Amino acid sequence: MNGLASAFLAILRRDLMLAFRHRGELANPLLFFLIVVTLYPLGVSPEPELLRKIAPGVIWIAALLAALFSLENLFRSDFDDGSLEQMLLSPRPLSVLVIAKVLAHWLVSGLPMLLLAPLLALLLDMPSKAAWALEATLAIGTPLLSLIGAIGVALTVGLKRGGILLTLLILPLYIPVLIFATNAVAAAGAGMPIEGQLYFLAALLVLALTLAPVAIAAALRISMS
Amino acid sequence: MWTFFHKLASPKYFYRISGKLIPWLGTITAVLFVSGLYFGLFKAPPDYQQGESYRIMFVHVPAAWMSLFIYTFMAVLYAIHLIWNIKLADVMASSSAAMGASFTFLALATGSLWGKPMWGTWWVWDARLTSELILLFLYLGYIALVSAIEDKRTAARAGGLLILVGVVNIPIIHYSVEWWNTLHQGPTVTKLDKPSIHPSMLLPLLLMALAFQCYYFTLVLVRARTELLERERRSAWIKELFG
Repeated sequence: MNGLASAFLAILRRDLMLAFRHRGELANPLLFFLIVVTLYPLGVSPEPELLRKIAPGVIWIAALLAALFSLENLFRSDFDDGSLEQMLLSPRPLSVLVIAKVLAHWLVSGLPMLLLAPLLALLLDMPSKAAWALEATLAIGTPLLSLIGAIGVALTVGLKRGGILLTLLILPLYIPVLIFATNAVAAAGAGMPIEGQLYFLAALLVLALTLAPVAIAAALRISMS
Repeated sequence: MWTFFHKLASPKYFYRISGKLIPWLGTITAVLFVSGLYFGLFKAPPDYQQGESYRIMFVHVPAAWMSLFIYTFMAVLYAIHLIWNIKLADVMASSSAAMGASFTFLALATGSLWGKPMWGTWWVWDARLTSELILLFLYLGYIALVSAIEDKRTAARAGGLLILVGVVNIPIIHYSVEWWNTLHQGPTVTKLDKPSIHPSMLLPLLLMALAFQCYYFTLVLVRARTELLERERRSAWIKELFG
């Protein structure tokens, strides 16, 4: 057990360190998130009334795309330099090792989005209740995006041009998260309770936490065979 | 009984048995289609509300049922493939995907043709329609993934995993969009109470549903045979068969 925990921590530490050595790349998904949201007032309408109405969807869709964008490299460099193969050969269960990688990914991509979201809420003129709901849904939702997305990434890591394919595989699976999250934010903006939607997102997160690691591990074994 | 299934799982026996089955299934399909269309288009009375145009239901509803059936069937086949490592299951499943996608598309297209005169719009973002559209995306994602991987065996296993992940998601998608927004009429056939559809309309609907089902099985067997020949082209039984 101790060995398992230390393997988990070693991978987590390694991935975080790698991320911080490439600080420029770290900022890219975040900038992408910000820019996509900025496009809406320019492209649709700068009218505050309308912006307030579409804000939950806009921010959440931008979050989905940013997650997708940042996920692409989750296993890529490990695949290229062979360390993924070592992980597969390791005596520790692969599903635990990939959880460490997904956690590291969430810490460097999901968590910053959470920190950036209040600023976006402000830019789109969201009422404070809705902004809180947005934070809550992002807090539960972004780990879900990382977990579900990692399955798709693991399936496409062996392919040369997996990028577009990844979009096709992952976005349909993201739809329930999008629906419950935006529904909660919109409801909060209208002054209605949002516990139901949050519980649902939490239930999805539990489901993904239990099943996704197994699926990710299986997908990696398939891709590497 | 079990030995029959074990034999069926071997490509050689499957090839032989399916070869005998296909003409029968094809004939049954044709009979069912003709009788279903006859009862549906000529015998069934016009609807008291929707007039004649409700008859598109006889294509629309079976297509929608098939789209769900094939996805579930593929998931079952892949589960079988995963557990017992029967390669025939994977051949059948990968032969089904394109048909599943076609039925889904057919359900969406006939639905929008039906929606225009009934609801006054080609498309609404209602629960059933949206989840059916997402189902189409899931099929297309599977097809794209399988065709992107060159090695057939890897492709099948990767696709199988995607289907199994998707099948977890299908009820979630179904209910999430149901709670989100809805306009589509409620179920009329598959409720525990007596069906609220008149027998004269139910009969052709069930005939057409059976026809679609038989049509699918006929074609999937043909496709699976072709797929099998391609994959096993170096094996002994094929050399024996074709000299």
